[in-house]
Amino acid sequence: MTEPSALTQNIRDIVQRHHKMPTRLLQILREVQDSLTWLPTAALNAVAEELGIAPDKVRSVATFYSFLYTEPRGSYDILFSDNITDRMLGNRELLHYVADRFGVSINGTRADGRVSVGTTSCTGMCDQGPAALVNGYALTRLTKARLDRIVDLVNTNTPLEQWPREFFEVVSHIHRADSVLGRHFADGAALRAVLKRGPSAILEEMSRSGLRGQGGAGFKSASKWLSCRDAPGEVKYVVCNADEGEPGTFKDRVLMQDYADLVFEGMTVCGRVIGARQGLVYLRGEYRYMVDALQATLQNRREAGLLGEAILGNPSFDFDIDIHLGAGAYVCGEESALIESLEGKHGVPRIRPPFPTTHGYLNKPTVVNNVETFASAAKIAVQGGDWFASRGTAESKGTKLLSLSGDCERPGIYEYPFGVTVCQVLEDCGAKNPQGIQMAGPAGHMISEKWFDRRICFEDLATGGSFMVFDQSRDILDGIRNFAHFFAHESCGFCTPCRVGTSLMRDLVDKVHTGHGTRADLAEMRKLGQIMRVGSHCGLGQTAPNPVLDSLDQFPEAYERRLRSTAFEPAFDMNAALEQARWLTGRTDPDAYLDEQALLGAMP
Amino acid sequence: MSEQATFTLDGRTVPFQEGQTLMAAALAAGIYIPHLCFNPEFPPHGSCRVCLVKVNGRMVASCTTPAMAGQVVQSETEEIREIRRGILQMLFVEGNHVCPACEKSGACQLQAVAYYVGMLAPHYTHFYPRRPVDASHPDALLDFNRCILCELCVRASRDVDGKNVFAVQGRGIKAHLVVNTPSGKLGATDFSLTDKAAQVCPTGTILSKHSGYEIPIGQRLYDRKPINVVGDVAALAVSKGGRRHD
Repeated sequence: MTEPSALTQNIRDIVQRHHKMPTRLLQILREVQDSLTWLPTAALNAVAEELGIAPDKVRSVATFYSFLYTEPRGSYDILFSDNITDRMLGNRELLHYVADRFGVSINGTRADGRVSVGTTSCTGMCDQGPAALVNGYALTRLTKARLDRIVDLVNTNTPLEQWPREFFEVVSHIHRADSVLGRHFADGAALRAVLKRGPSAILEEMSRSGLRGQGGAGFKSASKWLSCRDAPGEVKYVVCNADEGEPGTFKDRVLMQDYADLVFEGMTVCGRVIGARQGLVYLRGEYRYMVDALQATLQNRREAGLLGEAILGNPSFDFDIDIHLGAGAYVCGEESALIESLEGKHGVPRIRPPFPTTHGYLNKPTVVNNVETFASAAKIAVQGGDWFASRGTAESKGTKLLSLSGDCERPGIYEYPFGVTVCQVLEDCGAKNPQGIQMAGPAGHMISEKWFDRRICFEDLATGGSFMVFDQSRDILDGIRNFAHFFAHESCGFCTPCRVGTSLMRDLVDKVHTGHGTRADLAEMRKLGQIMRVGSHCGLGQTAPNPVLDSLDQFPEAYERRLRSTAFEPAFDMNAALEQARWLTGRTDPDAYLDEQALLGAMP
Repeated sequence: MSEQATFTLDGRTVPFQEGQTLMAAALAAGIYIPHLCFNPEFPPHGSCRVCLVKVNGRMVASCTTPAMAGQVVQSETEEIREIRRGILQMLFVEGNHVCPACEKSGACQLQAVAYYVGMLAPHYTHFYPRRPVDASHPDALLDFNRCILCELCVRASRDVDGKNVFAVQGRGIKAHLVVNTPSGKLGATDFSLTDKAAQVCPTGTILSKHSGYEIPIGQRLYDRKPINVVGDVAALAVSKGGRRHD
């Protein structure tokens, strides 16, 4: 038991390190939890006291993020990534195996407080699963043999730093490189270009490039930059959305791990163009393993004159970048929820308009772009808009990074010019007998064979990059059920259609999956999905029914073969319920039965 | 003289001021759009989604959407009624709403809006959450079973009363209303029945302890006339059956 005074001192030190800034609340709570393994009420109150904010503000943040615990948790907290791709690789068996070996229930904490075992949403290691997190650090390629060693390490209380490095190895499987990943890039080249040619010329190149938001929404990046540049206000911000939470996507992980300079350079160019001096990277909590390396890269850039004050010796060019770590909330990938989270709050999407380009971080004009968008922007600053636009299609210029996983021989990253067909991708990654693809993640579209000729681009099949392959041996409904649970877990709870709808949908899919569904349930799913789609406050709720609605159309047999009856089947039998009344009144005449069938059934 | 900007709502011409939302303009024109988390005395919240309307083919929350000249807005169509009905059906299964046993029945905005959109019975499978009642306060009873997370009490207590008595915590379906004290009990706060927060609940979550059934069933606010005629319970004087804690 920690002494209250020691607790207070510890928290005072952490809060001091973050300059007593309430915007650092989420970062502060992460650090407090690292030292205590969970967040007792006394700790939350101490944080509130030190920051000078209301205790309920602290508690609402602590109860919102999946990786923050307000109940005791083991000093080793192991969370298995539970995306469908992890399931395909056998994660459930491993989960039960290790829970048995530890003698702990799933989602429980062992009596000695040493270890907890549970599950979490996709950790972005789909090409090297089954994956997990231990105290937030990524574990890859889990096997029973590896878990046996982990059990020993935990039981002997071995610090993570002494665990074998290969357990934490994250490999960048780049199988196809093009404009962004392929060509050599000299650090500082884009900054020199913006200094030499001026911000307006670079914005013009951005406009010519036709670059659209690579997170999947596809908004023209140049329009966003322009709108922010022209927004009134002295203080502006550049925010990099590295909250790559869409299950099945991991291309931003590869960019941040291997191409961080390119991303930071794109952010710096953006800062120069819009007139911002501060950039923020919102890195998903699952990628905390790379924070130290990213901080080192930022420091190298400062020392090389590529970041900080007077960039490249130009006294009017100041720009620095700070990294914020998320804590397990898919909704923070939505740009206004991400900004709320950056401000140290719980991540509920804002009412829009106003948009971040005029009212963003701390209500200042802010550009929020995806990691890949900034990487592309850095290339465009050097190579020019025409060069970028020479690849791709009429409405979708340039290239797109796809994250391939599931049933294929070569999972990993593939960079294609926009317009590539689904067929081509399947052939390149070695997908044998594909049955369906979950395109753009659960929030995207589930497509069957008849759509494999379609092209990946904004005018046909738009995607943020997730591409999960299901072969003929798979039960599509396993995937749909996994996604329905994912959305119910990740709904922020703000608006009714998403908060309640995602749980209702999860229960309906469970009902059908376990063989208790009827045709009426399928009709109910469609109706519910429509309410969620048109009625929800943000993209999460609006896209949450997609896997169900798509698969009802594209894979009806996956549902129908599980139905109890192909006709409506009520759970309540009226004739049986009337039996006691007939017995009491002694009636056996035809009028005492609901219909002829029931009468015939009752005859001896 | 410049002409007044207008939009049409179900075919009727509605004038509006620059910056006004569709809801505010409709309200000023005497046109009812059903709503729960919206209260004209507070900035819009946009969470209940009951006030959805269709603008140029797209569904938006009328309480948060700025009016623009020439917009064609639909509200009372069967398509929209069905979606609103679905949302009400969700709210009724998310909590535990037992109208016949609720003192607020007949003067409950949730119940009245449900009738208005044509919801006469529950539809989805009930969640039956466990939400203990808080009777710790000498004058007020908190029945969390009836909370629909509109956050009106949260906003009123924080922004009007300056007491910050309520908050919402948790995520997703686990989001729930709490009282901001170490014990989580209302009795430990300086909450009073004269607070604004005591008068804004659209359901029977916050009730007065020492009075009940003063107006008999059958003669209550929404017993004879629907909500689009009567108006919101929080906006009405005691003599009309509203604001019964004043």
